[in-house]
Amino acid sequence: MSVLPVAPPAASAEDPGPLGILATAVRRVATMCLVELQRLRHDRSELITRAVQPALWLIVFGQVFTRIHAIPTGDTPYLDYLAPGILAQSALFIAIFYGIQIIWERDAGVLSKLLVTPTPRIALVTAKAFAAGVRAVAQAVVVLLLALVLGVSLSANPLQWLGVVAALLLGSAFFCCLSITIAGLVLSRDRLMGIGQAITMPLFFASNALYPVELMPGWLQVVNHVNPLSYEVEALRGLLIGTPARLWLDFGVLVLAAAAMITIASSLLPRLVRG
Amino acid sequence: MTGDPAVRCTGLRQQFGDTVAVDGLDLEVRPGEVFGLLGPNGAGKTTTIRMITTLLPAPPGAIEIFGVDVARRRSAVRRMLGYVPQQLSADGTLSGRENVALFARLFDVPRRERTAQVDAVLDAVDLLDVADKQVKTYSGGMVRRLELAQALVSAPRVLVLDEPTVGLDPVARDGVWERITAIREATGMTVLVTTHAMQEADTECDRIALMHRGRIRALGTPAELRGAIGPDATLDDVFRHHTGDTLADRSGGLRDVRAARRTAGRLG
Ligand SMILES: Nc1ncnc2c1ncn2[C@@H]1O[C@H](COP(=O)(O)OP(=O)(O)OP(=O)(O)O)[C@@H](O)[C@H]1O
Ligand SMILES: [Mg+2]
Repeated sequence: MSVLPVAPPAASAEDPGPLGILATAVRRVATMCLVELQRLRHDRSELITRAVQPALWLIVFGQVFTRIHAIPTGDTPYLDYLAPGILAQSALFIAIFYGIQIIWERDAGVLSKLLVTPTPRIALVTAKAFAAGVRAVAQAVVVLLLALVLGVSLSANPLQWLGVVAALLLGSAFFCCLSITIAGLVLSRDRLMGIGQAITMPLFFASNALYPVELMPGWLQVVNHVNPLSYEVEALRGLLIGTPARLWLDFGVLVLAAAAMITIASSLLPRLVRG
Repeated sequence: MTGDPAVRCTGLRQQFGDTVAVDGLDLEVRPGEVFGLLGPNGAGKTTTIRMITTLLPAPPGAIEIFGVDVARRRSAVRRMLGYVPQQLSADGTLSGRENVALFARLFDVPRRERTAQVDAVLDAVDLLDVADKQVKTYSGGMVRRLELAQALVSAPRVLVLDEPTVGLDPVARDGVWERITAIREATGMTVLVTTHAMQEADTECDRIALMHRGRIRALGTPAELRGAIGPDATLDDVFRHHTGDTLADRSGGLRDVRAARRTAGRLG
């Protein structure tokens, strides 16, 4: 047997202050994102299976609606208009699923084990949120490649691509934590699956992912305005295909929404563990 | 700080709705010993462990780990603990090495030492040669040993194991205990373990607490406990003597059985 690590003689670590928590959070985010990449490396086929649905949207829905000019999108071909929306949709589904997974992790003891490490709750939730983002970005690469093949003209500016990554990370962090929050409220996997399905489609349809806001009836426009997905889509669309976007507003909303949801989800984590 | 017990619980209580899971439990685990918490399904073993490991709230003063109050200094306490939950909880999609490295990172093991430390603990549980295989290809016994490695990589002072051998076949069970014993000898670590297998508690633990309905009913070395009842007494007799019940007869509620089944299930 090789030399095992022997414990330090006394408990040296003090409970961390706010700065300590921040530093820990940054390290934990890096760790969880790394683990997510490792998982992806082991199971690359998942990137393909999860690309089927966005592919159908782009190939079937996108191409048909481009041809019949049913949705007025000005000078932009409908398929180009749609691609960022589908990108956001695939990220949304991944993030919501990632939150659902936390119930499984609780039942399997994984969550307990993570919580018996020196990791503040909020750091753990933040790390999960951005790990969901990493997965969403990996998926986005596949969807964007497909869009390129279908002839969508995407921006070639690397700065704008960085913006795309940021928008996807923030959007995924929000929806992942929304899903963790619901998990913390309903506590059971079956109920969460039902609710997860019941909210993702409305979030998607009550956004500008498929059609311009101006086409929506008044009440839907109101929903659209409070739906973070719409701000994500607007930013993605502006960055990828150059449609007008209020980037400051979009990113402002995404940052605030993600921060608020991370806080709420962290406060529900103890309830989830106890349940 | 020296002289403090590894774990001290004073008047521990935990209630879920109407169920009193832990009902005024007092406990002292000495540094360096293998301490067994023995009791049937639903006795409150897991609940006790979850309070000790900061997963369930405990009032100030109720639990101390090497003199450090669990309620007041959670982070410091977590740094001293290595925890293996009742369920098989390794990540099946990752390799064994990645599973252990994750916990090295979560415990802030410095990067320079990380690789060596991960290899050392994998070696200690005899998984070095399969370390790069995905964990979903491991057997139940291998997963348990991997979880030991995960718990050990941070060099904890107290190793907390919740039913480490439940659902394992006898060979795998011995394999797990062999590693626990060797590790304890090599590091002087304190081990707190729960089990409902009397045989196991009898042969592997330095001292045992018999737990029943949220309370400790008897405490001592296996020999002391048996000796107090009679020359040929088994631990089962001891248990019956103190509770009027047998370990084997008592079947838990649905919740307990479901939990046990989950434990026995392989990783997906
Ligand atoms: N989260 C919970 N909510 C409600 N009741 C609970 C909860 N956790 C435990 N209980 C109840 O508390 C009692 C003690 O449970 P505990 O899991 O601590 O027992 P145990 O000794 O670990 O049993 P086992 O051998 O089955 O693991 C049981 O009656 C159980 O049903
Ligand atoms: Mg238990």
